[in-house]
Amino acid sequence: MLDTVGLAEKDPDREQPWAELGLKADEYARIKEILGRRPTSSELAMYSVMWSEHCSYKSSKVHLKQFAEIPQETPLANADGTAGVGKMLAGIGENAGVVDIGQGYAVTFKIESHNHPSYVEPYQGAATGVGGIVRDILAMGARPVAVMDPLRFGPLSEPDTHRVLPGIVAGVGGYGNCLGLPNIGGEAVFDASYLGNPLVNALCVGVLRHEDLHLAKATGSGNQVVLYGARTGGDGIGGVSVLASETFDETGPAKRPSVQVGDPFMEKLLIECTLELFAAGIVTGIQDLGGAGLSCATSELASAGDGGMHVELDRVPLRDSSLAPEEILMSESQERMMAVVEPEDVDALMAICAKWDVEAVVVGEVTDTGRLEIDWHGERVVDVPPRSVAHDGPTYHRPFERPDWQDALQADTAAGLQRPTNGDELRDTVLRLVASENLCDKSWITDQYDRYVRGDTVLAQPSDSGMIRVDEETGLGVSVATDCNGRFAKLDPYAGAQLALAEAYRNVATGGASPLAVSDCLNFGSPEDPAVMWQFAEACRGLKDGCLELGIPVTGGNVSLYNQTGATAILPTPVVAVLGVVEDVRRRTPSAFGAEGEAVYQLGDTRDELDGSEWVHVVHGHLGGLPPRVDLMAERALATLLHDGVGLLTSAHDLSEGGLAQALAESALRHGVGVTVGPSDDSFVQLFSESAARCLVTVRPGEEGALEAMAGALGVSARRIGTTGGDAFTVEGAFSIPLDELRAAWTSTLPNALGA
Amino acid sequence: MRVGVVTFPGSLDDEDARRAVRIGGHEAVALWHGDHDLQGVDAVILPGGFSYGDYLRCGAISRFAPVMTEVVAAAGRGMPVLGICNGFQILCESHLLPGALIRNDHRKFVCKDQKLRIENTRTPWTSAYDEGAEVTIVLKNGEGGYVADADTLDRLEGEGRVLARYLDGNPNGSMRDIAGITNERGNVVGLMPHPEHAVEALTGAGTDGLGFFQSFGAAIAG
Repeated sequence: MLDTVGLAEKDPDREQPWAELGLKADEYARIKEILGRRPTSSELAMYSVMWSEHCSYKSSKVHLKQFAEIPQETPLANADGTAGVGKMLAGIGENAGVVDIGQGYAVTFKIESHNHPSYVEPYQGAATGVGGIVRDILAMGARPVAVMDPLRFGPLSEPDTHRVLPGIVAGVGGYGNCLGLPNIGGEAVFDASYLGNPLVNALCVGVLRHEDLHLAKATGSGNQVVLYGARTGGDGIGGVSVLASETFDETGPAKRPSVQVGDPFMEKLLIECTLELFAAGIVTGIQDLGGAGLSCATSELASAGDGGMHVELDRVPLRDSSLAPEEILMSESQERMMAVVEPEDVDALMAICAKWDVEAVVVGEVTDTGRLEIDWHGERVVDVPPRSVAHDGPTYHRPFERPDWQDALQADTAAGLQRPTNGDELRDTVLRLVASENLCDKSWITDQYDRYVRGDTVLAQPSDSGMIRVDEETGLGVSVATDCNGRFAKLDPYAGAQLALAEAYRNVATGGASPLAVSDCLNFGSPEDPAVMWQFAEACRGLKDGCLELGIPVTGGNVSLYNQTGATAILPTPVVAVLGVVEDVRRRTPSAFGAEGEAVYQLGDTRDELDGSEWVHVVHGHLGGLPPRVDLMAERALATLLHDGVGLLTSAHDLSEGGLAQALAESALRHGVGVTVGPSDDSFVQLFSESAARCLVTVRPGEEGALEAMAGALGVSARRIGTTGGDAFTVEGAFSIPLDELRAAWTSTLPNALGA
Repeated sequence: MRVGVVTFPGSLDDEDARRAVRIGGHEAVALWHGDHDLQGVDAVILPGGFSYGDYLRCGAISRFAPVMTEVVAAAGRGMPVLGICNGFQILCESHLLPGALIRNDHRKFVCKDQKLRIENTRTPWTSAYDEGAEVTIVLKNGEGGYVADADTLDRLEGEGRVLARYLDGNPNGSMRDIAGITNERGNVVGLMPHPEHAVEALTGAGTDGLGFFQSFGAAIAG
């Protein structure tokens, strides 16, 4: 029988399944206090899903708050190239942050996780992860122009990786390719801790003119609320609160309802239809439907606007006519949007939707009651203050404590482990590392993604960053990179988050872009474990301090907790995305050697920093000690050099995982231009250390002096280490590896493991 | 020259094809799938993408679009028509070209810079190339395996209607390495790789694809 507000008042003591819906006793009590009665079952559904960890950030928000301490402005240069200040058109709390990039353009970008669904159903989990982030970007008024996917898997040798990886990659590609969005980069990282907890993070970039900015708010009493896009079905009901908030524990209750199923064709229509609605100037507020579906969209639109909304839920077009109102409110059916328009614009909206074969229905209107009122065939099933659903969820001050094993972990350094001692051993080490799962060629994955569609892709994998042309006339463009080394974060979460930030910042700079802003996707284990909570708190603090020092804001992001199996959490994985602006993409710096006879330089200093490195991971299976030293001032100076050196530098490649050896190998293999490096006091440290704030660059012969002078002026050390040319990777006095042999080692790993 | 580019629901490379037409020195005209109107264009391109999501056979729904009635009629009168990727699939479904395109033999979507040999330079889309020219053009598809019965394949080869073939490895299992074909008259061309993504060195796989957007002007003018 339908549970109405009237019934809730008449029958106050009815037993309700709040615990099964993931609510705690005190949370249920608080709902009753807010309403002055027990909630109806529809209200209970809304609160339970909106107050879940995934939607309410209840465990993380006390730590996320500090990102607001970073000035909400960017270091956008003035038109004449002098230092300036850029505006944030929208920041944390909106669907996605929006950053001014000059010439009247703005860019919005955000990264989100879709980890748990991708473990349960890899293809659809990953596909709908892409779909969700694209709608977030669209909802800001932007045309989505590119996607990126940082992925993490269990070891390649594990059978389950062979189930999870191909499905996730096919899902990312299947959805993104069908939307016509180029996939311009990302990561594919393997570690035992991700077995059973793969990470699928999805990033989208969108471009808009300043005046096209739209926000998720329902204003203007009497304005019409329109639901358009796919019909609502039974998929993903409770998916958010259940799938995203509970660990996979074999003994616990089986809370694994259906994962959402994506329809990228519908999303493509939704994109074009929505952009046409924006162009017609008739949208006063807009929100995408993602996690928590209608519960989220209605409560967030209402609470950000004039505060009231009346919805007739029975008008929602259904794919399954048997759905109850509770289920409709919780459904996470994909490819739906909610727009607020003035009454006289409804016909225009309907005409545009009809042109694109997109179903649209007026489901309600904005009111001045301050209440979110939802009726089901004339009977009131929801009557709540919208803020209480959307924003007044619980806040947990979860205990956190530096784990007792952290000191022992940091004391267990790699110093005593056997290192290669001669040229032959170095040669073998280079070949073994380039073939290792984290350093090998990833084209088995990236060749399944369309990187060319839209015709504006300037850089994509395997470059350090992805770069997209925004304006064909002026060459204005944007660049994005995502990075995180979870092993460094495990050794020191504060430094690890800063190293992730530094690497993404550096990667954006290598192409010649100026870093402007940050989005983050914080993937951690269970917040109920004080050790994990400490990792999370430290990573947030590190990221905030790092952003302050680099002068770039956090514009938004996402938190994914409970990534663990039993008592074993994933490596703390704060993935950091940095967005940069490029004045003229035609002058970007390529990431690989392009010609013979050029001078090869290493910028930045190499220290004996092998703890947590790929070398020690691959060769010794060891994790301990301290991550490389963080020097953000050095990162800034290096980024300035990479920016000012555009035109002088013929290539630039970040030094990170795998160190100089990996950067030299990748730079040489890309276009088949070999390299000879001079001898060093300690070739092993030179080749495999993972010290931060370093970059490999080349200049034309005769321009060495110009580079050295520029580096000297900026206080960046620049050391000539070799010369490009030939068809081998050679370290004088140690070894030489023909490029064909190097290429065979680098490219065969994934095809051998996963099938050509 | 005015070159129409049709947008179907789910077309993705339509904007790219229009840009390539402009770079080729011609005027690009946007055509809509739902209109019985070619707006007086001199040639038509059916662009790449996933029209109707490719949920049925690729191109199987788009062939019934109102605009296709006009395209089929115009093709019959000799108008140059180029179908790229999904456009090639639509041309096959419309029976303007023989054969069909099926899922890649390795069952994965593939995006790569692909080497091709241009074998027929007598069409209005390929006259700018030298016969036997080896070019590199972007290939990106999930269902790009060209198939036809042996008689059809023999006839295509015998009549010189194989437009382009894959070199250095067959990327999708296409029979006889066929990347593109033309009809008997030579005005309708289907090509699985994407020449519109090889017109700017900055954003594509070099500029080897430009010939497709420069050829027809010369051919028709001549």
